Amino acid sequence: MRQEPLPPTLAIALPVLGAASILLTWQFLLPWLGVPAYIVPTPTAILGVFQKSLSLLLGNLWPTLIEALAGFAIGNLAGVLLAVLFVHNRVLQAAYFPIVLFFNTIPILALSPIIMLIFGLGMTPKIVIAAVICFFPTLVNMIRGLDSASSNEHELFRVLSATRWEVFWSLRLPRALPMLFSSLRIASATAVIGAIVGEWIGSDKGLGALIIQASFNYQSDRLYAAIVLSSGLSIVLFCLVVLIERRAIRY
Amino acid sequence: MTIKLHADLTPNAIEAQRLDVGYGGRHSAVKVLSGLDLTVAAGSFLSILGPSGCGKSTLLRVVADLLDPLGGTISVLGDTPHAVRSRRDVGFVFQDSTLLPWRTVRDNVRLPLGVGQGSLTRQIEDRSEELLELMGLGGFGERLPHQLSGGQRQRVAIARALLGQPKLLLMDEPFGALDEITRDRLNDELLALWRRTGTTILFVTHSIAEAAYLGERVIVLAANPGRLVKDLDMRPFKQDGNRCSREDGTIVAAMADLRKALELAS
Repeated sequence: MRQEPLPPTLAIALPVLGAASILLTWQFLLPWLGVPAYIVPTPTAILGVFQKSLSLLLGNLWPTLIEALAGFAIGNLAGVLLAVLFVHNRVLQAAYFPIVLFFNTIPILALSPIIMLIFGLGMTPKIVIAAVICFFPTLVNMIRGLDSASSNEHELFRVLSATRWEVFWSLRLPRALPMLFSSLRIASATAVIGAIVGEWIGSDKGLGALIIQASFNYQSDRLYAAIVLSSGLSIVLFCLVVLIERRAIRY
Repeated sequence: MTIKLHADLTPNAIEAQRLDVGYGGRHSAVKVLSGLDLTVAAGSFLSILGPSGCGKSTLLRVVADLLDPLGGTISVLGDTPHAVRSRRDVGFVFQDSTLLPWRTVRDNVRLPLGVGQGSLTRQIEDRSEELLELMGLGGFGERLPHQLSGGQRQRVAIARALLGQPKLLLMDEPFGALDEITRDRLNDELLALWRRTGTTILFVTHSIAEAAYLGERVIVLAANPGRLVKDLDMRPFKQDGNRCSREDGTIVAAMADLRKALELAS
């Protein structure tokens, strides 16, 4: 039998209580067990970093934010445009889609040094890495989405003598939106990962650089604060995508 | 009976001679229809019965210019299927309503105004309000398709097909997925609509009762390959204006006749 859904107040209160219980355990159990602060700092110590070094954290958040956003926009746009080209030209799709799939099998960590070699040390390689990581899921999902209209729907448009352009705008594109948004949701997290991976490999700015420096210097409270901030960035991007999705898809 | 008088003056809605239709090219082994001869008078209501794979839907698709025949000739409203489609003289209703889920009911009915205008040689008016009213969907214009019942969705699909005032309405098992009460009600509404508009209707169905109740004429197709095995004029069994009661003895006798043909065809 299916369980009854929780009442709304409980549905909100329970996850909050769950998180609070873990934070409290973390705060009091670890010191009691004798785990040193340079290995795992307490939540209050991490919060302290936000008070003490807010400008340092925000100064490093900014470049990561720009790289992730730019990579998100460029990678997804490229994925969408190539998908549109592929569904309208099956010869191109047959010739190049397998190659695109092959590139997708190269781990992003292995690809990153090559991207660094080509684009140097500035923000550009980080944006490129974030874009590449967003590109593939969006391309694959968008191709499937654009092809997801039923044969009856295509026949309906043909009975009405619709042009290819009209079929695209009035049928294929709206049909593809749910799949596009599901890949955008994934991309909202992976774009941040891409930017941080790029900063790891070669940068003195950004959350990725801060994470590397803090871990080398055993500043684990700062390391954890940087991690909290990067996950916060992903969450904000994710929520933005969901907000736009709710406006775009009403059914 | 104005419809019949009118029909006698106009060319046949459909004239098909030795029509061959198949999939996979001219020399394909898969022939769906073979050597079909069929003439349908303008303004008439033709029901098409047959087992799965007999080419009922395929026939509609050839008439609608969705599929090219391999051989034989077909003329629709005295013209080629392509010309008729370009003039928007043909409306199509599918088994699933094929409503676009992101458009409101009104915008679904208006779809023919938004697409294919480039090739259109005549003006189509926005009669969406009138049609929604006619189909009993007066207050539903702003709803989304998922907020409607199956019967209501099919009504919207019919309203959309009627927007261009087609001379020929092709219906591919439009009520096949509905419950029996809703189906009977929509059958009566469709007959009323047909009497009012004089549109020629080709109606594909699996149901013998539905075919007999709706059609002025019922044809039965057999499968492998699809061919005509029975052509029954229903008018002797009915009153003026294609009217009859579902329980009428003569209709029941005609249905038994159709059932026998269908059993032989299956």
